[in-house]
Amino acid sequence: MDNNIAIKADKLTKRFGDFVAVDAITFDVKQGEIFGFVGANGAGKTTAMRILCGLSTPTSGTATVAGFDVYKDAEKIKKNIGYMSQKFSLYEDLTVMENITFYAGIYGLSDKDIKDRGAELLDRLGIAHEAKTFVGSLPLGWKQKLAFSVAVIHRPKIVFLDEPTGGVDPVTRRQFWDLIYEASDRGITVFVTTHYMDEAEYCGRVSVMVDGRIDAFDTPANLKKKFSVDSMNKVFYELARGAKRKAD
Amino acid sequence: MSAITLDNITKTYNKGKVLAVDKATFDVAEGETFGLIGPDGAGKTSIFRVLTTLLLPDGGSATVAGFDVVKDYEKIRNCIGYMPGRFSLYQDLTVEENLNFFATIFNTTVKENYKLIEEIYVQIEPFKTRRAGKLSGGMKQKLALCCALIHKPRVLFLDEPTTGVDAVSRVEFWDMLKRLKHQGISILVSTPYMDEAALCDRIALIEGGKLLSIASPADTIKKYPGKLFAVKAANMHQLLKDLRSYEGTHSCFTFGDAMHVSFKQDANTDVSKLTGYLTAKGHKELEIAEIPAGIEDYFIRITEKEIAEK
Amino acid sequence: MNSPVLKQLYAFVRKEFYHVFRDRKTLLMLFGVPIAQVLLFGFVLSNEIKNSKIVVCDYAKDYGSQEIIRKIEASKYFKVQKATLTHDQIETAMKAGDIKMAVIFPDHFYNDLSHLNKAQIQVIADASDPNTATTITSYLTNIINDYQAEALAQNNQSYTIVPQVKMLYNPELLGAPNFVPGVMALVLMLICAMMTAVAIVKEKELGTMEILLVSPLKPYLVIIAKTIPYLLVSLLNLTAILLMSVYLLDLEIKGSVVLLFAESTLFIISCLALGLLISVGSTSQMSAMMTSQMSLMLPTMMLTGFMFPIENMPFWMQGISYIVPSRYYYTIVKAVMLQGLGFSAIWRETLVLGFITLILIVINVRSFKIRLA
Repeated sequence: MDNNIAIKADKLTKRFGDFVAVDAITFDVKQGEIFGFVGANGAGKTTAMRILCGLSTPTSGTATVAGFDVYKDAEKIKKNIGYMSQKFSLYEDLTVMENITFYAGIYGLSDKDIKDRGAELLDRLGIAHEAKTFVGSLPLGWKQKLAFSVAVIHRPKIVFLDEPTGGVDPVTRRQFWDLIYEASDRGITVFVTTHYMDEAEYCGRVSVMVDGRIDAFDTPANLKKKFSVDSMNKVFYELARGAKRKAD
Repeated sequence: MSAITLDNITKTYNKGKVLAVDKATFDVAEGETFGLIGPDGAGKTSIFRVLTTLLLPDGGSATVAGFDVVKDYEKIRNCIGYMPGRFSLYQDLTVEENLNFFATIFNTTVKENYKLIEEIYVQIEPFKTRRAGKLSGGMKQKLALCCALIHKPRVLFLDEPTTGVDAVSRVEFWDMLKRLKHQGISILVSTPYMDEAALCDRIALIEGGKLLSIASPADTIKKYPGKLFAVKAANMHQLLKDLRSYEGTHSCFTFGDAMHVSFKQDANTDVSKLTGYLTAKGHKELEIAEIPAGIEDYFIRITEKEIAEK
Repeated sequence: MNSPVLKQLYAFVRKEFYHVFRDRKTLLMLFGVPIAQVLLFGFVLSNEIKNSKIVVCDYAKDYGSQEIIRKIEASKYFKVQKATLTHDQIETAMKAGDIKMAVIFPDHFYNDLSHLNKAQIQVIADASDPNTATTITSYLTNIINDYQAEALAQNNQSYTIVPQVKMLYNPELLGAPNFVPGVMALVLMLICAMMTAVAIVKEKELGTMEILLVSPLKPYLVIIAKTIPYLLVSLLNLTAILLMSVYLLDLEIKGSVVLLFAESTLFIISCLALGLLISVGSTSQMSAMMTSQMSLMLPTMMLTGFMFPIENMPFWMQGISYIVPSRYYYTIVKAVMLQGLGFSAIWRETLVLGFITLILIVINVRSFKIRLA
């Protein structure tokens, strides 16, 4: 295995009956890279992400995540990744520290590690005084930042973020990206989906999915050059406008 | 006459413990498209629910189409269209059945007002026998808009109609709103996407239950104090750190592929000094240009202090 | 259909039926559960009981008693043991589970029969298992009837043998055909209350309730439209249960069918009102379901006398049972269906049930919300 490659997909395909949800996608994500995975509703992003997280078996093609095969080593993949989505993040009726302890416990961290990393995490977010607060009563922005920090508490090789910043105010959204950059600096590969096209600009490389295919895959600067436009929003619009699969 | 008026509307939850809307005052003119711009939890939905007579305000008064939201709630319910924040159609009913149902509930028929929804409906018509639960986000949103429009409302309330919808569908949706405006329908719309604000006639920026600014998009950005610069370099992440530690910087945030930097009031806004500082830090491919502020810049500017305190 | 209100109502009810018929889980709940319940109980009931151990105490030892005992012994249903036991000894044997029934012929049995044309037999059955007790008692009665018929045919003698049946341990024979009224109460409660509550809460969860409230639709129409489908489905279910009881389980409806349906409709309305109340307090389908289970299903099963006799319960539980509508409905159905009694016998229960229904409706009207919170 190439040590610099975190995720590699080759002609990865998923069919549901006659419907090809993911259509022979090929791409790779480098270790420590921030990889933007964008596409219209129903383009197949969620299905592709599920396969990469070891939650769904592809119909054909190959893919490795953190060096593990998605067919054979789904369990090993799960141990080596972190996952956070806008919908599912933390237990609202548990305190901040209880959430941290719970998630760290799931990944088998020792009591000492849980304590140390928990304290470090709270420190970094500047919410040490809120350790015993119920997550439900925290502002949305804090919740999201906390959820991200919890998702990487076991120091995974890769973290998958599914629309992590939906509905968050512009300042918190940027603070969230600061956290993503920090994680990337520590060598964690970040795989992120978003509907905010300005966030696509923050990524090292971006893939744009249309109708199950990856129609564009490059750095934001190159993509903009290729389509002769000045923003990722326009790149996305150019690509997704022609999508056939609108009602699915 | 104004389509909507709010006079010091206040709404609290949990017996006054949570202040959701704090003395909101604004009005929406007949035929105007008015945007409420702010993040989740800013109080947008509470304002919508007070105006659509779903919740009683704790203080202040408000009218919709000239009717009082407390006393004349039945009259208001006869003449408004409402699209709540989450997908609220019957998933197990087909597109057609949903539309017919809502038409009947509003004492009308699809035929009667077909002209109004025609342009939108033709896009979903090929799927009219499909269950609403099986539609894509963009299609669901179009159907929901058709259902909210079918009785030709005087005032249309759209609570975050584009949340969770992809960029292409968002553009299409705003095109539809533009055409509705020509039909003379007054629209109150909320969104967390700042780029959509520019498409409204007037906007109110809202955060923490408070209205921070009410003006046209053009006037809103004119209020931005001082100059704003876009800075680009090869290593953007390092650039952010260095810009933030620069002595003259008031604030620095990433905006797409550039950093938006504003300087302290008394600071030297001489670009050459900044260029010197950044070059000394080893930045390459440096680009610095003064740019006009956008709505998001202004929103950050007026909320950053509060958010930092939170 | 010219009135806009009727049009709205029609459109709404039609939509509700779409919901019902498009969700397999709902359909199964509505039609599968009642049928399964009746069949389940029906299977237990129709199961033939063979070779029940009984004891015959023949104090008469005359021609008549010998003749009948021979018939009993010949039957495949019984395994007869002959002994002259005292009453206490019979009870001991029953408690030990050795025998299911005791048949006692008194002195001068045939003497009485031939001179007075009338005699008695005492039958003591162990009713702790009511199904078996009724079944074997009816087998025995058949044998005795058989004997009487033969006597009439051969000697032109019209005998009347009166079996004095005594059910030990469970004199009211709870269980047996009584399950049908119980299942009726349970099923109607399940469909009317739980399904109505869930259907309304579902609209809240989906967010469609907001649109309905913001529409010109009168809120009471929402309630009526939501309840009509379940009222109709309940009556359909009631009919199905009765048909199955009559044709599958050979249970006779002794009283007036019209009265039965009228009383059932009253009970259904009380259940719908309960369902509405639950929907007011619930925010998710899950919690509506749980509340229904805890506050409706359990009391219906425990406190109507359908599964356990109320008299044997602690005093406070008996007290609670008085406010459970199904208790009254259960009594009414038993009276009409099994005993063939008319309205004069059940007017008190009807009155109480009507009163409870009225209170529930008043509470509903009072707590009804025209807004979200």
